[in-house]
Formats: sequence, structure tokens, C-alpha cells
Amino acid sequence: MTLLKVENLAKRFGSNAVLRGLSLAVARGERIAILGASGSGKSTLLRCLNFMEMPDAGSVTLDGQMIGRRESELVKVRQRIGMVFQQFNLFPHMTAVGNVMEGLRTVRRFGKAEARARAEKELARVGLADKAETYPAHLSGGQKQRVAIARALAMDPELLLFDEPTSALDPELVGEVLTAIRSLAEEGRTMLLVTHELGFAYHVATRVIFLADGTIHEQGTPDEVLKYPKKERTQSFLARHKEFSL
Amino acid sequence: MRWDFASVFANTDALLAGAAGTLRIFAICLVLGLSLGLVVGLGRYARNPWLYWPSSAFVEFFRNTPVLVQILWFYFALPILLPFSISPLAAASLGISLNSAAFSAEIYRGGIQSIDRGQWDGARAIGMSWAQAMRRIILPQALKRMTPALTNRAIEIFKMSTLASTVAYVELLQQGKLIASLNFNPIEAYTAVAVIFFVFLWPLVQFTYLLERRLRRDE
Repeated sequence: MTLLKVENLAKRFGSNAVLRGLSLAVARGERIAILGASGSGKSTLLRCLNFMEMPDAGSVTLDGQMIGRRESELVKVRQRIGMVFQQFNLFPHMTAVGNVMEGLRTVRRFGKAEARARAEKELARVGLADKAETYPAHLSGGQKQRVAIARALAMDPELLLFDEPTSALDPELVGEVLTAIRSLAEEGRTMLLVTHELGFAYHVATRVIFLADGTIHEQGTPDEVLKYPKKERTQSFLARHKEFSL
Repeated sequence: MRWDFASVFANTDALLAGAAGTLRIFAICLVLGLSLGLVVGLGRYARNPWLYWPSSAFVEFFRNTPVLVQILWFYFALPILLPFSISPLAAASLGISLNSAAFSAEIYRGGIQSIDRGQWDGARAIGMSWAQAMRRIILPQALKRMTPALTNRAIEIFKMSTLASTVAYVELLQQGKLIASLNFNPIEAYTAVAVIFFVFLWPLVQFTYLLERRLRRDE
């Protein structure tokens, strides 16, 4: 069953056409890894899906409802789509648990006790129950990203967007974040993941998409795209990425 | 010559009244100036031209005219255009508040702009509206950065209050002038006024240092 449908999505920044009529349907429970060279429009695609970036053309349909452009409508849509950023974007003036509670309190209007209980549960899920009262400045990059994941999960999103969640991390901290994301995959959550971790994409994704020139260049199962890519550009991209791994 | 502060001490009552007047106008202008400044600063930050242009015109007008001229205009010129007269306190408060609003608006705008775009992303991604993100995420962080500039503004407002003496509002300088002209002791009278200002402002400045240090704690 289709959760998200994107049709002919286009976005340009000045003279640079980043997305050129991209279409994509995401079924519930699908985990889609999005690969592509830098500048291929991966992040822009994610940001257009929850309208953090306003698409120039095309439509996004969430659960059968086409999303309009009114801010009041977009605010509601963003409550249903969780997003995790490369740079975490935690609120530095709030503790870890404060960060996770914030959406529940301000957006969902939960009571304080209720929000706190829920936030603590989400922190425990990502293994940070003991860091509830810590400010982001005193957390490692991996811990920050796990708090950011907990913050997104607290809103009960139907769809999770991960925008290069491990790219800003020291190599030794990547694993803990990938483990947290993998456990979400095992729960059957629907997610779109922009990543450079090809091994992770291979093991966790149900579908892999390779973006080039602002559109889907090749897609298929992880085996089809990552092991036996048909198109030349996908092959050379993967060759470049595998050069130093293994 | 010899210093003789007896003539100043004999007028302690007058100076106390002046100090009360100074504190009153300071409190009024601090609250009005900084809160109106926030509104204008948000207008300057807004993309909507209906908010941006009026706020910008306000800022440019009040930043580029002297406060003293504004106070005199409100006191002497405005009543001619209006069917009622304006008290010295009202005229001086208007001039100082509007001028402070214009300057603090730029502090607010700069502070808000200095917050990383990622903070807006983080707030909007959990479904916050513009107003919620501003109130809960952006402003608390921006205010912290603005604290030094805003406290400087407060100190400026305190000192600007002396301009109210030009419309004979009873504040410290006005009372000092009065004492000096009645007792022919300008050295003692104006020295006393300067010392009283220092006694008020020095702790205020120390308090702002303390505030800055406290605000920096969670960073």
C-alpha cells in the first residue's frame, strides 16, 4: 500500500536544476536507500518531501492526500514525517530529554509528565536513558544523533527521512547510530535514507535508488543496484566508493 | 577654592525626588523600548514587505534623528497637531523609547539572524509553526547572544534619561541644575549628580556580567 507518492518533482536553485521531474512511490514498510554523487539532489529530494524546501513543480501525496502549499497544512504534514539531519540540529539550550519533549509539549500539547514519560521511553530506545539531563554540548556526535532520532520518533512519524545521518560523525561513532537505525528498520518502519554507507544500505534497505541529473537513474533491490548495477554511471559511482572499502 | 557639599546635602530631598524620577523614566523606557524593539526587529526580519518596509522606515527614521530633537518635538510640536497637551514625562519617554526601539530592533534582528539555519530545520521538522519555532527555539538562543548588547542598551537608556531635563521633567540632572542655580555651587551639584549616576550604574554593569556568565552555563 502506497504511503508516499511523488510525481514530477522539480526544484532549481538559481540556474541549477537540482531535481528534474522525479517520480517515486513508497509503500508502507519500505526502506529506501538513496545514493548518488554529491550535488545529485539527494538532500534536496528529502527536503522537498516534507516541504522544508518548496518544490517548484510536481506533487507529493501522503497517504492518499495530495499536499497543498499552505503553511498550516505543511506544519501538519511535517508532524507526520520525521527527519534526522547530518548536523543533528539539536536545540542546544535544552537537555537531551528537553529536546525530545519539545515537539510533544509545543506541537502535540502533551502535559509535562506525559511528555517526559514518552521522551524517556524514546531515549531508552536509543540507549540514552542515562543522558536525559545532559545538554547537547556534553554529548558525543553519535549520542547527539541518537537524541535527534529519539526526537523524531517521539512524534510517531509515519515516515522517517534520514539525511546523511552518519556523515558528520567520527568513524568510531558511526556504528552506534547505524545500530539505532537498524533497530527501527526491524520494527518495520517506513524510511528514506540518504547515505554513503553502502554496506549498511545493502543490509538494511529493501530498495536502493541511484540518483543522477536530478532524477532516478537506476533503482532496484540492493542486489540489483549494489551488486549487479546495469547502468554505467551507477557502476562507476560504486567503483569509486568501493575503492577504499574492503 | 574649597569644596562645600553642605549645600548639596541640604537638598537631599530634591535629589531623592530626582532619583525617583530618573528611575521612573528608566523603567518606562526600558520596558517600552526593548519590547517595541522586539516587535520592530521581528518586522525587519520578516520577508513579508508589509512588515519589512514599515519597520525599516521606523528604524531609519529614529536612528537618524537625535533623541533630543525627538523629545523637544514631542513636547513642543506634537501638542500643536493634537487636541491635547503632553506631559514632560510622556514626551521624554516617547523620544527615548522610540529611539531605543530603533536601536534594539537591530540588535534583535542581528541576534535572530545569527542563529544557525539548522535550528529552524530542527524546529520545523517536528512540525513547529514559524511562531512556535521563534518563541521556543530561536529567540531563547538569540536572546542569550544579545544579552551584552541589550544590557548596553539599558545602560544607554539610563543615561539618556538626563535628556528629560530639557523639558523640565524632575529627574537627577534637572534637580542638579536647580540646586546649582539656587546655591551657586555648580561644581558640587553636578559632581553629586555624576556620583549618584555612577552609584546606580556600576552595580547594574556588574549585574550584567553576572547574567552573561549564568547564561553561558549550558554551553
